[in-house]
Amino acid sequence: MDVFNAIVQTLDSTIRLSVPLLLACLAGLYSERAGIFDIGLEGKMLVGAFAGAAAASVFHSALLGLGMAILVSVAFAMVHGFASITHRGNQIVSGVAINFVAAGSTIILGQAWFQQGGRTPALQPGERFEAITWPGADAVRDVPIIGPIYAELISGHSLLVYLAFLMVPFTWWVLFRTRFGLRLRAVGENPAAVDTAGISVAWLRYRALICTGILTGVAGAYLSMVQNGGFVKDMTAGKGYIALAALIFAKWKPVNAMFACLLFGFLDALSIRLQGSPLPIIGKVPVQFMQALPYILTVVLLAGFIGKAIPPRAGGVPYVKER
Amino acid sequence: MAQAAIELIGINKSFGAVRANRDINLEIARGTIHGIVGENGAGKSTLMSILYGFYQADGGEIRVGGKPASIKTPNDAIALGIGMVHQHFMLVDNFSVLENIILGAENDALLKSSIAKARSELERLEREYGLEVDPDAIIEELPVGLQQRVEILKALYRGAEILILDEPTGVLTPAEADHLFRILKQLKEQGKTVVLITHKLREIMAITDTVSVMRQGTMVATRETKKTTVEELAELMVGRRVLLRVEKGEAEAGAVKLAVKNLTVRDSRGVTMVDDISFDLRAGEIVGIAGVAGNGQSELLEAISGIRHAVSGSVMLDGKPIDLTGKADPGELRDRGLAHVPEDRHHVGLVLAFEENENSILGYHDDPRYLIGPFLNVDAIMADAKDKIEKYDIRPGNPRLKTANFSGGNQQKIVLAREMEQDPGVLIVGQPTRGVDVGAIEFIHKRLIAMRDQGKAVLVVSVELDEIRSLSDRILVMFAGRIVGERGPEATEGELGLLMAGVEQEAAA
Repeated sequence: MDVFNAIVQTLDSTIRLSVPLLLACLAGLYSERAGIFDIGLEGKMLVGAFAGAAAASVFHSALLGLGMAILVSVAFAMVHGFASITHRGNQIVSGVAINFVAAGSTIILGQAWFQQGGRTPALQPGERFEAITWPGADAVRDVPIIGPIYAELISGHSLLVYLAFLMVPFTWWVLFRTRFGLRLRAVGENPAAVDTAGISVAWLRYRALICTGILTGVAGAYLSMVQNGGFVKDMTAGKGYIALAALIFAKWKPVNAMFACLLFGFLDALSIRLQGSPLPIIGKVPVQFMQALPYILTVVLLAGFIGKAIPPRAGGVPYVKER
Repeated sequence: MAQAAIELIGINKSFGAVRANRDINLEIARGTIHGIVGENGAGKSTLMSILYGFYQADGGEIRVGGKPASIKTPNDAIALGIGMVHQHFMLVDNFSVLENIILGAENDALLKSSIAKARSELERLEREYGLEVDPDAIIEELPVGLQQRVEILKALYRGAEILILDEPTGVLTPAEADHLFRILKQLKEQGKTVVLITHKLREIMAITDTVSVMRQGTMVATRETKKTTVEELAELMVGRRVLLRVEKGEAEAGAVKLAVKNLTVRDSRGVTMVDDISFDLRAGEIVGIAGVAGNGQSELLEAISGIRHAVSGSVMLDGKPIDLTGKADPGELRDRGLAHVPEDRHHVGLVLAFEENENSILGYHDDPRYLIGPFLNVDAIMADAKDKIEKYDIRPGNPRLKTANFSGGNQQKIVLAREMEQDPGVLIVGQPTRGVDVGAIEFIHKRLIAMRDQGKAVLVVSVELDEIRSLSDRILVMFAGRIVGERGPEATEGELGLLMAGVEQEAAA
């Protein structure tokens, strides 16, 4: 039973750890499917996390915090859009710049406003998103097998966790069943076709980036208001980049993206779980190796195990009307 | 005369200092097929893009169906019943036919009803015009002829009464082109107006009712097709008399310079692109390789010029083998007298960001003529570039100008000058006149024949059948990676067309 509990607990933390990846990955999916590379997912998550925790702490409201996280993250997405859509700048440079601005400004503003070394004040109950206990979860907790799975895995997460996983079928539906999705996919493949069909390429891409901003905002809010009780500097810790890797791994498809993010989340959970405990045969594995494992696997997987990942054809290329 | 479908009055358009359209007046009658011809850069496409709302005219008036129209975006054009089939198809390659048809013309925010409507509408269009296409096929899996049909269907689905086609036959086989013309005639019978932009005069003569000629941004003439000739149109286009078919004497074929034997090439996906090909190229002859694009000609060229790895077979240059592992040193092949004018001048033949003089020695830059010790001899290079500019009439004649700023025809002349002036024994030329104007075509053809008359061996690969027939002493036809036939220069277009389409038996019968 101990082994079973350990597995359930590991899977439980897999879910918790993959949520920010999943939200960021879907965020990237909207912009990259529309032909805008977004290496600034990391930065947008970070400002989202900061704005969310700061607003929640000041206004004593989790929902206001979430709203502010989304607002600020969308604002950063619009800066990326202004540089790379309106002014046809280099999308990578713009994205990197956003990451730098995010890393620096969150610390400076945090220190100026709260004087806690760049942190935001610890969030009180009511300022965070609490875990939702599903009906009957406590009653069935002691039932073997099903009990822990229901009580631990399915019940007992915050609203944002369920939201993240609901975004997967929703995103699929948007992409493949709506007019907006059809146009969004088209503009990432051949913007000229969209333009000659009488649709504004720029406005379509801006809307895609708004979707990206909303999702990175939620991802950031999750980090600072669910996983953690406040903002800590650089708390995204490369998740935006892992999300991009997951996006490639998932070949820009929503359901694949969920599985890719769960895999990366699982590796993360496993590395935490196995820290310090000896493995059979191999013996004790250094902590650093376990921590590096998700990244090593990313490189290995991307290098050859997923076959050819073909990105949206117009990705990274500013649209200029041909003469 | 029937009522005018479109009237353009005093249209002007400038891009920076370039005046692409000056005071254009044009009237196109309803229910006719109207051709617009002109050299590259004459302003045809710009004019049609203005009509389609892709660009805004700087001045002038457009009337559609007699009423003044303001066309600011493609949407306005579509609403007025104007549809356009672009030279480069405006299709999303990994979408289905249906998805491409409804893109931009959806009923509402959800796709379901749009798809159902498009499906039934496609059936109707198929019945009415014989435009058959599988609605669920993915675009990139369709042959170009069908892709073009999807473009036409897209326009008709949007209720187009006036259909503009920009260079529609550039990518088609002769048979596909004939089919297209039948469709266009049918559209005309149904009362639609067709505007055909092309630089192929033969097509104009075959299908149009009236034809307008553009030159350097102005409309120089409009004629009834019945009352004009190819020669007159060519002269109007270029502004002087042009020889459409360069005269040449009999070939005096000499020793074998290049011997290709059982050559097989596969592409990166492992598909066999060149399948067991053998032929000889002799001194003093031009051998033309005809075929629809994508039947292995590019791969054959690349293998012979040592760029691409060949799976098996051999290529002998002057009796000595060429390294076919794909690792051959192109410099060594140049030293052995093999010059190569690649098909894709933008990516392989030139560095567009370089100055003209740099490109005119590229690949030969380690020739002692251009060097002082380890350094480039700038004076010698400039003198050499000026010499080539004069000989090949490259315009503008400024060797310091960035290559990207030359027109397509002049860029091609830069590459040809570089390769021909090295005095090679064997010259391999891919698409010698792709995107090149009528006047420059004449010049390039004359040059190639002069090379032949000097006893050089010339191999020409072209998708332009006219060009192959006019240049070649022998014609090899490639289909699906094989040489499916050899003909003399007297072979008819129909005969070659059948071979190119892979209809071997019928052609032989």
